[in-house]
Amino acid sequence: MAIEFIDIVETSLAGLGTGSLMALTGVAFVIIYKATKVINLAIGEMLMIGAFVFYGFSAGLALPIWASVPATLVVAALIGGVIERTMIRPLLKDNPVSVFMVTIGLTSVLIGVVELVWSAEPRRLPEFLPQQPVLIGDAFIPSKTAYSFLIASAVMAVLITVFAFWRGGIALRATATDRAAASSVGIDVPGVFSFSWMLAATVAALAGILVGSVGGISSAMGLFGLSVFVVVIVGGLDSILGALIAGLFIGWLEAMVGRFLGGEFKLLATFSILLIVLVVRPYGLFGTHEIERL
Amino acid sequence: MRVATAKESYAADQGLFKTDTQKVWFGLLLAALVLFPLHGSNYWMFLAVLVMINVISTTGLNILTGYTGQVSLGHAAFMAVGAYTVAFFDGRFDTPVLLNLILAGAVAAFIGYLVGLPSLRIKGLYLAIATLAASVILGFIFLNWTPVTGGLRGLNVPTATIMGIELATPDRLYWLVMPITVIMVLAAKNLFRTRVGRAFIAIRDRDISAEIIGISLLKYKLTSFAISSFYAGVAGGLWAYLFRVVTPESFPALASIFFLAAVIVGGAGTIIGGIFGAVFMTLIPEFLKLSATALVPWFPDASIYLAPVRAIIFGLLIIGFLIFEPMGLAEMWRRTRRYFALWPFRT
Amino acid sequence: MAVSPLHPAAPVRPPAARLDVEDLSLQFGGVKALDGIELHVEPGSITALIGPNGAGKTSAFNSISGFYKPKTGRVLLDGQDITGVPARDRAKLGLARTFQNIALFRGMTVLDNIKLGRHAHLTTGVFDAFLYWGKARREEMELRAEIERDVIDFLELDHIRNVPVAILPYGLQKKVELARALAMRPRILMLDEPVAGMNREETEDMARAILDVRDEWGVTVLLVEHDMGMVMDISDRVCVLNFGRRIAAGTPAEVRANPDVIKAYLGGSGDPRKGADPAAVSEVA
Repeated sequence: MAIEFIDIVETSLAGLGTGSLMALTGVAFVIIYKATKVINLAIGEMLMIGAFVFYGFSAGLALPIWASVPATLVVAALIGGVIERTMIRPLLKDNPVSVFMVTIGLTSVLIGVVELVWSAEPRRLPEFLPQQPVLIGDAFIPSKTAYSFLIASAVMAVLITVFAFWRGGIALRATATDRAAASSVGIDVPGVFSFSWMLAATVAALAGILVGSVGGISSAMGLFGLSVFVVVIVGGLDSILGALIAGLFIGWLEAMVGRFLGGEFKLLATFSILLIVLVVRPYGLFGTHEIERL
Repeated sequence: MRVATAKESYAADQGLFKTDTQKVWFGLLLAALVLFPLHGSNYWMFLAVLVMINVISTTGLNILTGYTGQVSLGHAAFMAVGAYTVAFFDGRFDTPVLLNLILAGAVAAFIGYLVGLPSLRIKGLYLAIATLAASVILGFIFLNWTPVTGGLRGLNVPTATIMGIELATPDRLYWLVMPITVIMVLAAKNLFRTRVGRAFIAIRDRDISAEIIGISLLKYKLTSFAISSFYAGVAGGLWAYLFRVVTPESFPALASIFFLAAVIVGGAGTIIGGIFGAVFMTLIPEFLKLSATALVPWFPDASIYLAPVRAIIFGLLIIGFLIFEPMGLAEMWRRTRRYFALWPFRT
Repeated sequence: MAVSPLHPAAPVRPPAARLDVEDLSLQFGGVKALDGIELHVEPGSITALIGPNGAGKTSAFNSISGFYKPKTGRVLLDGQDITGVPARDRAKLGLARTFQNIALFRGMTVLDNIKLGRHAHLTTGVFDAFLYWGKARREEMELRAEIERDVIDFLELDHIRNVPVAILPYGLQKKVELARALAMRPRILMLDEPVAGMNREETEDMARAILDVRDEWGVTVLLVEHDMGMVMDISDRVCVLNFGRRIAAGTPAEVRANPDVIKAYLGGSGDPRKGADPAAVSEVA
């Protein structure tokens, strides 16, 4: 079977589309890590909850899209805040392994809640993005993928700019590096914690809405998180820019592998990249390797 | 109140049992383990065997996560490796049961070694992600390597036969599982009376100091991971003999969370905690099943909620114990013992 | 000390080592932590490394124990070049160190912490450990006897041997750390601020312990310390660093009178005739 150039282009573009959503979710992960040094294993499930809350508003309650989306984001922020306050903050002063294991427990709880309320059946989200496939040159891209890419990119651009120039971004990093010191210069450390988790939950929920609109929603959506873990490791656990670049790359790679080798090999390819990175450059492309003071 | 327990020799101080009372209790426990099958019904025997299999697996994970501080999210996948190994060798070559179990452990340990090699070199939670990746890849292999694993349909496991006796029912299988469980738990306890176990704890508590003392972090982390995988493999092999069929669905992702919960709930870093955790966690799904049946008059389809409720409870147990009782049931047990050791005094 | 049948015949004391550091430089990005320092520590002596904050003392320590890779220079133990030897292998060569912030293993008792010091010299493997009653048990019993006689009795820790280290007061924790370093059968003992944060009494206790260790064990001692009184009292030689460079070395009396040293600590002209009192150096921490 001759591989046509147009095929490669279309697959690449579609891959970049998915990649932008991986990048967006990766950014949510990085925000939490940058601010609280917590590795949040439940990021994929937070994305899933966002998608299902949106489903609840837009399909269950049949609210119009311009109400459902903000409502979802607000609810997601609340959920993120509650999680941080009740489950994360009490353990932040302890061993980081403990907090990590709490997020593991959280994945189980979130999946269970979704299956309890909505059952394990996959569902479709109501259509709200334009249906017309987008044409770039000769290549066709499904419209949802294209619009997801645009939305995700826009949000990430805003976040990157804000973190680079806003002193809140510095406050975030200061809090992660040394809480006592940050507190003593007047940074509201608990406030930073809450804010980062609420923001991350909102971003993840937005990604969930977009991922859900492209591929449907189900209680197994958290699997998307697996690719996101590879994205943040490749990009560097504390680098937003790294998440962006790695996300696009991994998304593109998975699409190419899926199209030309078969869908079952997608995760295999992603994990091979993980292996290579762990061996060659474990702190990722842009991550900071902290030298421990003795 | 406990009195006059001073030791008169170093050997006594380092023995397994600190007091004569402890020796008596242990003896009673052994007696109970031997006499139990004479009175148990089929259901209780099945449960007992399942509990013991989970004790082996939890003890293994405890060595890695509780004592060495490395989190694995793929423990169930290593059990699956053990289960498939037993199914394959006993089914294909009719090899002896004990050999199959050792192979199950060895294959699992080997795969653990491969997974650990790249991911344990770096400090941090990379092992967790790597084991997650490993369990996905292993799942893929189980599903697609049909000539060896039977693909979607899986493999049937012949009855465990030792010296001509068929261990076809749980009450017979008990006599295979029980001694293996006792031996493996004892071996784990012994580990922590030696420098190997001490090295594991040192790595968990402060790995830089451990290195200065001369402990090779990579070597010991890999050893801990290999031991933990070995235990998982043996447990998986016994599981195969109990359930007599292994499929890609036998060890779902939730199972890894089950064992992590068992370690945390029972008490990470203590052998008795591993036992408590396994017993507690095994009984929870049974308890839920009974509740669902009991609720049928009011909620006829209560049982379809079993799976999600189970998931929520496992997660809440992990979170709850980490926040409120981080040293697990073992600590609650220690408190009770302290209370009685000091009674009638208060502190 | 009564000799019990449990105790092996004679204590094993490895010969004290000589330490030489030549032209050691260390750089972190653009910051030069060490600039070609030189150090010569005689076997069996107590040498102190002092200097104002940020002088590079801990960097020097960490380079010698193998945690930092120096840019240039060599570290020689008894004439043997160990510059390329990784940190974890230096323990076997007889290099033991303690830490500024106590680095005990909180999840274990005093006894287990001390036993860990001997880790590199033991040989029990995983399979021996599982079986225990055999090689592992023998090794453990010998280890216990040796540690009880050599370390626990010596440092008077017998009343707390089964106590979890996490609940011990600071001074005792530092003593346990010293005990663990001793269990490593060191040829050279590197102590990083052994009396930091201690009161007068604890400091004297620790100083006495260090002197006892050197006298009875014959081991070389290299210490970093801010407490001038203690340093001047127990050291045979003192080496002063400032801004990553060595500015003086000699006996405590020589160093105390050295104008460069006074200047480093007190600042100003450093001219002893202009009011700076050499004795005042001992008060500056």
